[in-house]
Amino acid sequence: MSSAAPTAPTSRRAAAVASAPDDDVVAIPLRHPWRWVVATVLGLSLVWLIYSMWTNPNISHQTVTKYLFNPRIVNGVLLSILITVIAMLVSTVLGVFLAIMRLAHNPVMNFFAWLYVWVFRGTPLLIQIVFWGYLGLLYQQITLGVPFTDFTVFSVDTNTLVPAFTAGLLALTLNQAAYSAEIIRGGMLSVDPGQTEAAASLGMSPAYTLFKVILPQATRVIIPPMGNETISMLKQTSLLSVIAVLEVYTVATQISSQNLRQVELLLVVSCWYLFLTSVLSVPQYYLERHFGRGNGAAQAPTPLGRLAALLRRAGVLKARPAVVRPTEGGQP
Amino acid sequence: MNALTVTEPVLDAVQTGALVQARNVRKSYGHVEVLKGITLSVKQGEVMCLLGPSGSGKSTFLRCINHLESIDGGRIIVDEELVGYAQRHGRIYEMNAREVSRQRSGIGMVFQRFNLFPHMTALENIMAAPVGVKKVERNAAKTRALELLDRVGLSHVAQHYPAQLSGGQQQRVAIARALAMEPQLLLFDEPTSALDPELVGDVLEVMRQLAADGMTMIVVTHEIGFARSVADTVVFMDGGVVVEAGPPAEVLDDPQNPRTVAFLNSVM
Ligand SMILES: Nc1ncnc2c1ncn2[C@@H]1O[C@H](COP(=O)(O)OP(=O)(O)OP(=O)(O)O)[C@@H](O)[C@H]1O
Ligand SMILES: [Mg+2]
Repeated sequence: MSSAAPTAPTSRRAAAVASAPDDDVVAIPLRHPWRWVVATVLGLSLVWLIYSMWTNPNISHQTVTKYLFNPRIVNGVLLSILITVIAMLVSTVLGVFLAIMRLAHNPVMNFFAWLYVWVFRGTPLLIQIVFWGYLGLLYQQITLGVPFTDFTVFSVDTNTLVPAFTAGLLALTLNQAAYSAEIIRGGMLSVDPGQTEAAASLGMSPAYTLFKVILPQATRVIIPPMGNETISMLKQTSLLSVIAVLEVYTVATQISSQNLRQVELLLVVSCWYLFLTSVLSVPQYYLERHFGRGNGAAQAPTPLGRLAALLRRAGVLKARPAVVRPTEGGQP
Repeated sequence: MNALTVTEPVLDAVQTGALVQARNVRKSYGHVEVLKGITLSVKQGEVMCLLGPSGSGKSTFLRCINHLESIDGGRIIVDEELVGYAQRHGRIYEMNAREVSRQRSGIGMVFQRFNLFPHMTALENIMAAPVGVKKVERNAAKTRALELLDRVGLSHVAQHYPAQLSGGQQQRVAIARALAMEPQLLLFDEPTSALDPELVGDVLEVMRQLAADGMTMIVVTHEIGFARSVADTVVFMDGGVVVEAGPPAEVLDDPQNPRTVAFLNSVM
């Protein structure tokens, strides 16, 4: 604070530079004052928002906490998860076949795959759901037999064969397959054509090339958008409320129509969706790592691995023998 | 959709005992004729180097030999079999995918850009085709793959992914991968053109060794030194035709055609 003040930092920095070995960069970090201003403003707004909701006399917190783990809600959550998992798995398989059909040289297959994507991507999902839900109105009976004759093998009521759950699952799966097909096709197109040629020159069949060479490489590109699709799917299950599938949102509306606590139950449902979508990013991370192998960047340690390393250094976990890392170069 | 027009009397395959025989091979992309009647033959154990300016059709011809490209006219015969087509009752039929794959498995190919499978280690790259195509038992395939890696001097990188290898190492793995199918013919399309100059030598050394071991090879290359010392025949192509062919001493050191002279002057 005296007259010597201006020179003091300079000389200290000079000392730091002088004391450090030549190849260590001891830099004073750049300052970002505006970052702090923006962060403060945003942080305060968020605090105010939460506070205003928390102190709002019209929102009953007891209701929120009471219903968060209500058995009916939890069952609804489980059903949403089940629908998401099945719809994503089946639609991905369908999507792979559609993508293969669209890339095939056979013009008939090409056309059918294109038609499929055109129809299912071109109409609103909500309408498709209602359509499958009302299939019973369109065809009262589903009959297996010889068309245009009286011969039948069996005949059932459409509503017994296609209950709301199946109709909803069907709607989400068929719709998702159209989107997944395009993502998968994009992934397959991103693989260098030289890969197909190399496989062909080794005598690999087109099918073997597809499953062992093309798809594993395409998967690396496909996973991030498919992670997105899975999150969308989870949220889209709430649309099944229009055909009364008892997933979490339907259950919540049923409960709130009785106790008239609409906002509280929406908060309950939102908490669950947020929780589930957060959890979903974990498998995505590990899938990306797995399919990114051979691709330098993916070799970084996992968060769990880093945690383990931290604990090992702190002496909590037992040390592991050093891993032999691949080395560069090495000409004989 | 029979792509082949029969312009010459259909001959019963084989005559000369050559492993590869190309007769009057023609190929067009759209209206542009890229190969205008290539005729040449390669004997068992022979090394043929293909030279020529860019766009002369060297790669195209090489790719026709393992039917990566179909031909529009003429015949290519490898080991007494028409490539890509079956001949029955004097007529020519397109082969189905399985037959084409079977033929290709006997013809190895090494690419300018290596084309290793990036999601497999060097070892897995070499094992993939023997296990997947020839149904060789995994352990036997692995033993064989390690032998091949040793042969190209790369035992120490068996577990590395292609991205962790230098260009020269990748190309040598690619050669080992082709050898794993025990082909009777190896095709090389400018195998050293994508390499840093100091890595070219290692790859050429492996190829030299293969030639000495009696492998039949067709090599598209700009390495005149390699062609001179290893090739039995040098073929100079330009504009989709063979301009000059013969032993290296004749074609490289005493070229007769002015186009050959001009090309050699430009690369040497
Ligand atoms: N798939 C294709 N479609 C259309 N034209 C092609 C195709 N592949 C090659 N060509 C054309 O065929 C001609 C011969 O090409 P090719 O690749 O065989 O030449 P090259 O002798 O190998 O040349 P380089 O030394 O540059 O590799 C070129 O004019 C090229 O533009
Ligand atoms: Mg070429």
